[in-house]
Amino acid sequence: MTDASTHGHAQSSQQRFESHAYDVVVIGAGGAGLRAAIAAHDAGARTAIVCKSLLGKAHTVMAEGGIAAAMGNLYPDDSWQVHFRDTMRGGKMLNNWRMAQLHAQEAPDRVLELEGWGALFDRTGDGLISQRDFGGHRFARLAHVGDRTGLEMIRTLQQHVVALGIDVYMECTVTDIFKDGDRVSGAFGYWRESGRFLVFETPTVVLATGGIGKSYQVTSNSWEYTGDGHALAMRAGASLINMEFVQFHPTGMIWPPSVKGILVTESVRGDGGVLKNSEGRRFMFDYIPEFFKAETADTEDEADRWYDDKKSNRRPPELLPRDEVARAINSEIKAGRGSPHGGVFLDIASRRSTEFIRRRLPSMYHQFKELADVDITAEAMEIGPTCHYVMGGVEVDADTGASIVPGLYAAGEVAGGMHGSNRLGGNSLSDLLVFGRRAGLNSAYYARRLPATRRPRVAAGAVEAAADAALAPFSVEGGENPYTIQHDLQEVMQQLVGIIRKREELTESLEELKALRERARHLTVEGHRQYNPGWHLALDLSNMLLVSECIARAALTREESRGGHTRDDFPMSDDTWGGKNVVLTEADGEVTLTQQPLPVMPEELRRLFEVK
Amino acid sequence: MGYDLSLRVWRGDRNGGELVDFGVPVEEGEVVLDAIHRLQATQVGDLAVRWNCKAGKCGSCSAEINGRPRLMCMTRLSDFDKSETITVTPVRTFPVVRDLVTDVSFNYEKAKQVPAFAPTPPDADGKRRMSQREVERGQEFRKCIECFLCQDVCHVIRDHDDNKPAFAGPRFFLRYAELDMHPLDTNDRRKLAQDTAGISMCNITKCCTEVCPENIKITDNAIIPMKERVADRKYDPLVWLGSKIFRRDQREET
Repeated sequence: MTDASTHGHAQSSQQRFESHAYDVVVIGAGGAGLRAAIAAHDAGARTAIVCKSLLGKAHTVMAEGGIAAAMGNLYPDDSWQVHFRDTMRGGKMLNNWRMAQLHAQEAPDRVLELEGWGALFDRTGDGLISQRDFGGHRFARLAHVGDRTGLEMIRTLQQHVVALGIDVYMECTVTDIFKDGDRVSGAFGYWRESGRFLVFETPTVVLATGGIGKSYQVTSNSWEYTGDGHALAMRAGASLINMEFVQFHPTGMIWPPSVKGILVTESVRGDGGVLKNSEGRRFMFDYIPEFFKAETADTEDEADRWYDDKKSNRRPPELLPRDEVARAINSEIKAGRGSPHGGVFLDIASRRSTEFIRRRLPSMYHQFKELADVDITAEAMEIGPTCHYVMGGVEVDADTGASIVPGLYAAGEVAGGMHGSNRLGGNSLSDLLVFGRRAGLNSAYYARRLPATRRPRVAAGAVEAAADAALAPFSVEGGENPYTIQHDLQEVMQQLVGIIRKREELTESLEELKALRERARHLTVEGHRQYNPGWHLALDLSNMLLVSECIARAALTREESRGGHTRDDFPMSDDTWGGKNVVLTEADGEVTLTQQPLPVMPEELRRLFEVK
Repeated sequence: MGYDLSLRVWRGDRNGGELVDFGVPVEEGEVVLDAIHRLQATQVGDLAVRWNCKAGKCGSCSAEINGRPRLMCMTRLSDFDKSETITVTPVRTFPVVRDLVTDVSFNYEKAKQVPAFAPTPPDADGKRRMSQREVERGQEFRKCIECFLCQDVCHVIRDHDDNKPAFAGPRFFLRYAELDMHPLDTNDRRKLAQDTAGISMCNITKCCTEVCPENIKITDNAIIPMKERVADRKYDPLVWLGSKIFRRDQREET
C-alpha cells in the first residue's frame, strides 16, 4: 500500500526515536481495538495495535454477563428490531439511532464469528449458543460463558490476532496524535518498560482506549481507564458528545474497603437474584418509573413467574435499566434502609440452588469467597453503585466510526452516541465487535484511498515537542506527587459529579478542577524513565483532568435528568433536552461547549416505538 | 483494625537488586496489592508493579509472596499474622525488568507457535452446534487468566533457562489440549505438542495445578490426556505411572 518513500519523513527525529510506518494504528487492545485491527488487517492494511498493558489484560477481560445479540436461539420472537427498541429506550431515546440500528442488526454475526475463531459459549439444549436475561432486554439475549464472557471474548480475539501475525506494541502508551494540516499523520508514544520514545507514521489512528472511570473513587475500572482516547481526540481537534452521561453500575462490592467498587455482575439479577433493603423488602417495586410501567411486573408473583414464562408475565423491576436501579439503591441508602456497610442486599442464596449458583456464577462465587469471606450460595451480598462506564465519547459517523478529523476513528467505549444517556448491560461487548470492525475496515479503506504522494507527513518539530512534553515531569523539583493529585481528583468527581448532581456542586467541581489543573502543572516524579508508574501517572493525569472537566461542564449544562445524568435540581426529563446533544471541543487548553440537535430517526424505525 | 505492616520488597533491575524493608499502614480486609499500592503512592512513587483488574480476573499482578507464586490482588493480608513480615519478590522464571515487573515475552513467543483453531464449516443455517457437555471440557481450560504462575513454578524451566526453547510450559499444554478437545477443530496438534512444545519433558509433578488461581486441573485434565494422545502409552512410562497414581474419575479420558 505504501513504498519506502513513506519512511523517514521525521528524519531528524528518527535518529533519536525508533519509528514505524503503518496504514492503520489501533490504540487499545480490548474488544474494540482487537476487532478493529483484525478488520483492518483483513482489508489489506499494514496494521499495528498499541496498548498500555500486556496483550489480553485490557478491561474487556472484566466483562462478566454476556454479549447482547438478537440471535433468537431461545426466543424466536427476538429480532434486531426488538433489540434496537430496547437499546433506544434504555438510552432514553438519546442514542444515535443509526448506531443503535447497525448494532442490533450486526451483533448476531459478530458473535457467530467469534465462535468460528474458537470461542466456547454456553449452549442451549439444541446445541446452539445459549442466551441469558439481563436488565432492559425484552428477551434472553446475552451470549455468555458462565460469568466470564469478557475473558472468553478477549482471549478469542487475542488468539486470532496472534494467528494473523498482527504487530502488537505491548506496554506502550500513546501521548500525542500528529497531524499534517487537518489530517492525521502519526502518533507518539513511549515504551513503559524502557521509557524510550517511538513514532508511528500512519495516516489513520483508531482510538479504542475505553473509558474514564479512574477519575472516580469508587469504580469497577482499572488503572488504564484514564480517558486517554477522549483526550487525544480532543487535542487532535475532534469533538466529544454525551459526556455528562456516566454509568454507575448498581451492583459493586462495598465490603471490605479494599474491594469497594469491584463489579458484581448483573447476571446475578438476570439469573434470579433480588435486591432487598435492611427491612427485607424487595424495594425495586417502589421505583418503577412511568416510562417502563407497561413492561414491568408490579407484584413479586408475576416477577418470579417471568423467569420461566416471558410471554404472559412482565419483567421483574430488578431488571430495569442500570440507571434506574442505581438511583433506587442510592435512595434506599439515603433513607436509612441500607446494609451495615452502606449498601443494600443482593440475594440469590434464598432463591436459587447452590448447584445452580455455582454453575451460572462461578467467578462471583469465587470473588466473594476469596475477597470478602461471603458464601453467596448461603447469604446475601452487600452491594452499592460503582462507576462503571461512560456513555459519552468521540463523536463519530455511525457507519464508519470516523471522527470529524480526517484519519481519526473511534470505536467502543471511547466513542459516543451508541448508548445515548444509558447503556444496557450486554450492549457493550456487542458494541465493541460491531463498531470495532467498522472502524477497522473504514480506516483501512481511507488509507488505501490515499495516493502515495498524498500520504501525510510527521513534522520533526512536532516530534521534538511531544518528547519534551513527556519528559517535563522529570525536570520539576519540589512539585506535587501525581498520586496525591489523582487521589484529590477522584474525591472531587465522586463527591461533586457523582450519581446525583446539582448546580452548586457542579460549579464548585469546576473550581476544584481548575485548581487541580494548576497544581498538576508542577508534578515531580522520582527515579528514571524505566518502568516508572509515577511518571506514567503524571502523563495520564492531564487526560483525566481534561475529561473530568468535560463531564462536569456537560453535566452543568444539561438541566434535566435522563439516564446516567441525574440533577437534584432538575429531577424530571425535559423534551427539549431530549432532542439535543452537548458537544465539547478543545482549543489551546480551553474547552468549548455547544448544543446540537440529534439526528432524526426515519419513519419506519420510529414506528417501532408506537406499538404497545 | 488498621496496623503497620512490615513489607519487604525486592527492588532492582536486570543488573541486580536487593530486598528493601518498608512499614506500610494497612486496613482490615486488604490484600497484598493494596499494601504495594499504598507504598507506591506515599513512599516509593517509582515502584514498578503490573496490575489491572484487582479482582483476580486479568492475571497481571503475579509475584512471589513469601516465596509462593500468587496473585497479589487475591492474597489477603489476613492470611498472615500481623507481626509477620511479608516478602514480595518478582516471579523467578522470567527475567526482571524492574522491581516486581518481569519480562514475560517468553509466553507471548510460545503463543505464536500454537497452530490456530481450524473449525469445520458451520451448519446450513450458518450456526454451529455443540453440546454443553462437549464445550465444558475446553471451557475449563479457557478459564486461564494467563497469570503465568504455572509457568513460573514449572521445574522444567524455573531454574533451567536452557530448556526454554524446547518447552512451552503448562499454560500452553492447556492451550494444545483445549484445541485438541474442541469439538469442531480439524487440526491435529499431537505431534506439535510433542515436537515443538515438548510435552514429554513434563514429569507431572502437579506444581502448576497447585498454584493455579483458577483451580484448573492442569495436570490431570490437560497434560496427562494430552500425553496419552501424543504417545502410545506403553512407550511413555510416566503416563503409565500417572494412570496408576491418579484415580480414573479424576481424569478426563480421551
